[in-house]
Amino acid sequence: MTAKLSLRGVRKSFGEAEVIRGVDLDVGKGEMVCLIGASGSGKSTLLRCINLLEPVDDGAIWLDGEDIAEPGRDPRPVRERIGIVFQSYNLFPHMTAEENVMLAPRRIRGKTKAALAPVVERLFTRFGLSDRMQHYPDQLSGGQQQRVAIIRALAMEPEIMLFDEITSALDPELVGEVLDVLRQLHAEGMTMILATHEMGFARELADKICFLDGGRILEQGPPSELFADPREERTRAFLSRVL
Amino acid sequence: MADTGLTQARRVAGAPTRRAAYEARIRRRSNLIAAASTAAVMLAVVVLVPLAPGWEAVQRSFFNGRVFVETFPGLLEAFLLDVAIFAWCAPSIALVGLVIALCRDVRAPALFPLRAFGAVFTDIFRGLPVILVIYLIGFGVPGLGLPRPWNSPYLWGSLALILVYSAYVAEVIRSGIDSIHQSQRSAAASLGLSEADTMRYVVLPQALRNVVPANMNLLIALQKDVALLSFIGPVEIFRQAGVYKSLMANFTPYVGAAVIFLAITIPATRYADYLMARQQRRRR
Repeated sequence: MTAKLSLRGVRKSFGEAEVIRGVDLDVGKGEMVCLIGASGSGKSTLLRCINLLEPVDDGAIWLDGEDIAEPGRDPRPVRERIGIVFQSYNLFPHMTAEENVMLAPRRIRGKTKAALAPVVERLFTRFGLSDRMQHYPDQLSGGQQQRVAIIRALAMEPEIMLFDEITSALDPELVGEVLDVLRQLHAEGMTMILATHEMGFARELADKICFLDGGRILEQGPPSELFADPREERTRAFLSRVL
Repeated sequence: MADTGLTQARRVAGAPTRRAAYEARIRRRSNLIAAASTAAVMLAVVVLVPLAPGWEAVQRSFFNGRVFVETFPGLLEAFLLDVAIFAWCAPSIALVGLVIALCRDVRAPALFPLRAFGAVFTDIFRGLPVILVIYLIGFGVPGLGLPRPWNSPYLWGSLALILVYSAYVAEVIRSGIDSIHQSQRSAAASLGLSEADTMRYVVLPQALRNVVPANMNLLIALQKDVALLSFIGPVEIFRQAGVYKSLMANFTPYVGAAVIFLAITIPATRYADYLMARQQRRRR
């Protein structure tokens, strides 16, 4: 099967520091891939590269057989197809939850508020937030804000969703409600890549786990293998620290 | 002793807490001290100033009640011109300032001239005394021999004010734009929004709200600097006060003008302070 998304030899440096040092990765349609590894191992940067928020220095990123990492390409059409949700939500504080969600479809797809209203309302209802649409971000809890951020990305109807440690900033009792959303998306067949520290969640749902270390994928495989019997000593050491 | 401690701890519902009682005591004391010290200073001023040898003369020429009453209505009328000049300058300044700020933020290479223009504009007009710009433009441009109404000092004087204040407003707005965290731009970009849409819908609305207090201060400064236009002709309040001074050989009209300015600027300053304080509270 050809992969939905394939990375080949992707590299990225910030000044002198090479943060991503040649990453190969294949993600099939409907798969959930979890990136694990210590902070600074390059998980976030890798996600930002896939969504072209950071231009990659070298290597190729194939999306449906098209190299989106080609220098000079307009990144915007790609960003419409690959959504990303950040650890710190990054909602627009001066807009209500509904306005946050509607902005991109209105400006980019040229849709009217009236045309969007039923779609957006369905999204809010689906994720249990139908009574929070008119609230501003600072009137919502962290878990609610993060779910709005997910809805905002989904409103562009992306083919792939990236999640950058989206539960790391949440109080423990709010983590569950956000993970439930991911569970739901996975069940609906969304292609997803997560950078995460939620090992239990990764073990339960991921199709593939990638252990990043120093900007490389040191080891990858299905959770049953990688968690139970890691080949690499560093993977073993990392897992023994976090499990 | 232990007994009093217990009674205090078990206070009746509705009674002030220990902390509230303590703070009320402190507040009463502070108010008392402030009142006493203010009274002492006032007393000293009232008693000491009239003892100065020139007090009689100063009182006659600056605080002449008759002259004040006679000239005040005329001054008030002349002040309307200041208000009018302010009223047409302020919106233009807001608009030009915003445009200049946006010029300085463009990144496309083709628009580099705009960016350079923005930088040169702010450098020049922030670097010159207001009065100098008013002289150069207010006397210089009509000197070209333009026909009426294009030789009006109102027009060119106002333009001078607009140019200078736009430069300041542009810098304030730009600092507001810079204050919006990069993650907001990232979030907008990740949705596929263009840079222009990101600026218009995400960055600017937040930036402008953040700089309202700073711009209020500029408005107050503008309100006063309108009087500088009197140097190139318009008979506004400062000039009118000068006319009265010559007519009556008395400085009281200037005091009258000062009273009128303060009547506007003090409430405006207080309002700006209030906005600033409210914003500080919100940030916390």
